[in-house]
Amino acid sequence: MPPFLSFENISKSFGSHKAVDNVSVDVSRGEIFSLLGPSGCGKTTLLRMCAGFEEPDSGRILLDGVDITNIPPHKRKVNTVFQNYALFPHLSLRENIAFGLRIAKRPEKEIQAEVDKMLDLVQLTDHADKLPAFISGGQKQRVAIARALINKPQVLLLDEPLAALDLKLRQRMLVELDGIHDEVGITFLYITHDQGEAMGISDNIAVMNQGRIEQIGKPTEVYEAPRSSFVAAFIGDTNFFEGTVTEEKGTEYLTVKIDGFPDVTVFNDKNAHKGDPVYLSIRPEKFSVSVEKPAENEHVNAVEGIVEEVIYMGSHTRYWIRVQDYRISTNRQHIRYALDEKPIQWKDRVWLSWRTDDGYMLERYAAADEKLLILPEE
Amino acid sequence: MKRSSLPLLTTIAVLVFFYFPLVLVTIESFNASKYGGPWTGFSLRWYKTLFTDAEVFRALKNTLIVGVVSTLVSMVLGTVAAFALHRFKGKLQAAHYGLIYLPLVVPDILMGISLLLFFVALKVELSLVTISIAHISFCISYVTMVVLGRLQDFDFSVMDAAQDLGADRLTAFRKILLPLLAPGILAGGLLAFTLSIDDFVITFFVSGPGSTTLPVYIYSMMKHGSPPVINALSVVLLAVTFVLVLYSQFLNHGGKENA
Repeated sequence: MPPFLSFENISKSFGSHKAVDNVSVDVSRGEIFSLLGPSGCGKTTLLRMCAGFEEPDSGRILLDGVDITNIPPHKRKVNTVFQNYALFPHLSLRENIAFGLRIAKRPEKEIQAEVDKMLDLVQLTDHADKLPAFISGGQKQRVAIARALINKPQVLLLDEPLAALDLKLRQRMLVELDGIHDEVGITFLYITHDQGEAMGISDNIAVMNQGRIEQIGKPTEVYEAPRSSFVAAFIGDTNFFEGTVTEEKGTEYLTVKIDGFPDVTVFNDKNAHKGDPVYLSIRPEKFSVSVEKPAENEHVNAVEGIVEEVIYMGSHTRYWIRVQDYRISTNRQHIRYALDEKPIQWKDRVWLSWRTDDGYMLERYAAADEKLLILPEE
Repeated sequence: MKRSSLPLLTTIAVLVFFYFPLVLVTIESFNASKYGGPWTGFSLRWYKTLFTDAEVFRALKNTLIVGVVSTLVSMVLGTVAAFALHRFKGKLQAAHYGLIYLPLVVPDILMGISLLLFFVALKVELSLVTISIAHISFCISYVTMVVLGRLQDFDFSVMDAAQDLGADRLTAFRKILLPLLAPGILAGGLLAFTLSIDDFVITFFVSGPGSTTLPVYIYSMMKHGSPPVINALSVVLLAVTFVLVLYSQFLNHGGKENA
């Protein structure tokens, strides 16, 4: 099936700053596709080009097979939910939602019927005649969505739609947004810097950094199999290890020497060979922390360390454990906190272990990405 | 802790300083005494004299004509200038801003003299036209400043939103930008109007025979008229100005709440 929306080799500079650098992305019909990245990574520029507010310097944008690169915004069948909602302050919610249909000069009766349907979808029927200044942030958010959806766009662009809401509301709106998507079935292009939002709502995610795409994949792929140190560190938290291959164990596994560690077995999905330098990413929750030395197992790596920092988080506790030069971040869930074995404490000597398949080999590593890791003050 | 009474005293002192003279004029305008001064009884005769004086009404008519014309013209020009200042950032814009700002700080007497010299040099006869031009030259600045202030905290993403929803630029301007800026433009206009109708210094220089405005007429009454009638006239002017300023404040404020 050909992609529904595709960005082909898009580049865009503002002055000497390359905001978007040769980006190609394909979005399928009906999916929620997220562009995820830190501020300034070019995701908003990409969205604005899709909406028609910016023109790419090179490359083209195809929507359902039609080149829309140079079509002005008001002629595109694309609607946007703006980050700050951009509701019209002088119009009631009803008139805000009706705006697109009024511009299209649709018959009054039809407009009212459509608006009523939308008000119902976003549960704002009771507030229809209020001005935007008199409703809450979450309600504004819903008006913005209804105002865009009423035009039945081919693609709905959402520019950090939840950024202005507080945490609880954000989580609730995310579920609601997902529900609305299920109901209308329109393709969503979702821009966010919040990896939690992106993972939660998306069918596919494109992780962006400095104007380029780092990785495109399903949420589980970008989380479990990050290709670069940036993706690994930006999405969730992780630990990086630098080592050298000392032995190939058949075609599937490698023995890797990491300074200060006993020999470590690593799943070889990157076709690495003896003598190659490798960079591993291991997620904090992949580690088991125990006081007792774990039983020998060829699929489990183990190393001894000292607990340097403990932060209790309710559902789990974070431990930072020192092994030579490494400070390893780990998560430990509490199933039955009070009845667990004696809780692990600061300065305890503990064993860290992880499955050989959980040490994921990175294709690209940049030392600068270490800054994204969550580490306590040294 | 005992709260200091200093802020209260300061407030009272400031209020007295600012408004006591106005209160005095108002009271005096109802004083039956022919020469002002001690209270000799309540009377509306000065108002009666005032409203039967044909000269006063001629001056009032002139004032209103000048006020309305210079307000409307400066509303348009001032708004355009504010847009230009806000939208385009160039080296020349600093000079533009300076030019717009200048009339706010240049002494009136200087503006009056220079405008007079200008008209004389061009051999333009002094009339309501010259007064209007003079008023426009300073009213523009006020309108521009008020509208520019609105533009600076205007969220232009609503313009993007309008276009995103299918409106072309012109429609977006007409349906979104203009209605949202209207209170600001109107507030600037009202400010311009109040400044125009009570301007004396500049008008004094550029008005010719037959084009006397109210403030200029009041001045001539001071010399050879009756003070109580001037008091009455002042109170009327005061009331009109007060209402206009209040309304302009209301517009500027009420509009912002919605933004």
